[in-house]
Amino acid sequence: MKLPDFEYVAPASADQVVKLLASRLGEAKVIAGGQSLLPTMAYRLAQPALLIDLKNLAELNRIVVEPTGVVLGARTRWRDIEDSEELKTGHPLLKEAIIHVAHAQVRNRGTVGGSLAHADPASEMPCIAVTCGAEILVLGSNGERLIKAEDLFVGPLMTSLAEDELILEVRLPAWPADRRWAFKEFARRTGDFALAGVAVFYDLNEQNLACNVRIGVAGAGSCPLRLTNAERALNGQLVNEQTIQAAAMAASEQVEPLSDLHASAAYRKSLVGTLLKRALEEALNRNRLDCQRG
Amino acid sequence: MNIFFSLNGNNVEVDVPVRTTLADCLRHGLFKTGTHVACEHGVCGACTVIVDGDAVRSCLMLAVQAEGCEVTTVEGLTPEVGLSALQSAFHKHHALQCGFCTPGFLTTAHALLTDEPNASKDRIREVLSGNLCRCTGYINIIEAVYEARTAYAKFGQ
Repeated sequence: MKLPDFEYVAPASADQVVKLLASRLGEAKVIAGGQSLLPTMAYRLAQPALLIDLKNLAELNRIVVEPTGVVLGARTRWRDIEDSEELKTGHPLLKEAIIHVAHAQVRNRGTVGGSLAHADPASEMPCIAVTCGAEILVLGSNGERLIKAEDLFVGPLMTSLAEDELILEVRLPAWPADRRWAFKEFARRTGDFALAGVAVFYDLNEQNLACNVRIGVAGAGSCPLRLTNAERALNGQLVNEQTIQAAAMAASEQVEPLSDLHASAAYRKSLVGTLLKRALEEALNRNRLDCQRG
Repeated sequence: MNIFFSLNGNNVEVDVPVRTTLADCLRHGLFKTGTHVACEHGVCGACTVIVDGDAVRSCLMLAVQAEGCEVTTVEGLTPEVGLSALQSAFHKHHALQCGFCTPGFLTTAHALLTDEPNASKDRIREVLSGNLCRCTGYINIIEAVYEARTAYAKFGQ
């Protein structure tokens, strides 16, 4: 449908955004790229009385890669991540995940902050945030606070953000150069929402055993989820055909997806196992040269 | 709300309700009906226009968000005389039938080839995957865009 009626304002600072959110509690929504919000409004699933456009908050448009980690301003577009040379080595898992977001035209407008605030359980960015243990910096009437990714997502399209809070940036931990990683997603058509997606990384210790294993899944529950049983099956182990198989089975068993129009629960459970198996095989075979090439 | 932006190289001013999408503003406010509206929720690509060099879905952008931007629609891709390289290639390769999706493909392809004149067929296919066509089966569209690359190749590269 055509959009419902609303007021529109484009303030000059984050403080002004928060003041506006606080003055119209529950009635106002922030808009950046609008790639999730506008379709939601076109379907009349959301009818905010006021849209607050972030277009003048240039300071939210930044990518910083430092030894301490990666910082993405909330207005960073998927296109900016795709174009970033620094992120090839700074965070190759993020870069790989993002090319699966929708289509090129959407990636030219959609933003990191928007995806995190929208909290679709099948989206790539929430999955990456949870898998990597990201922290999200938000600003509200009571000042700034840091929210751990696992605490941000509370349900499908639901976050723990207060109604007067604005996401400023997301912080990802530093990425070691020889980390093994992979991202695998399945959708029936390129660009559709993932039926399921898996992000995985691990490091190798001096005995060549896996450590710091982190496995996250998208689309197989009401929130992105860490597959802790699968992580346990690999931590401290040699990564080989048997341990990969064990991890994949643990992953299938741990997820509790719903059945919907696109796939049954049983299909999604099986899909998660297969995706993890393929992801681990890719991570295993990713040699050091690949890591540097990104 | 009064909006000022550049449309196909000309400064324009238009007054539209804030809830108007860029697509509806272009079509009904500025009478540029080359941009087509089909799904109106961002999956088909028929409404694609170019904003500040990027191909975007004009049904997923508010007109007010185009304030101060450079917008190019399919009308802006047509030269004074004759056909552009993309248009000629589309004609030669029979890359349209009903033509409804065609403006979206032309703007997307133009933005792609401007940035990546050496785009491979796989890359073309990947970027054009955000545009749906019910008539042609896509192969002729890919061939046309691939052939048009030579016109975008930078001098000396």
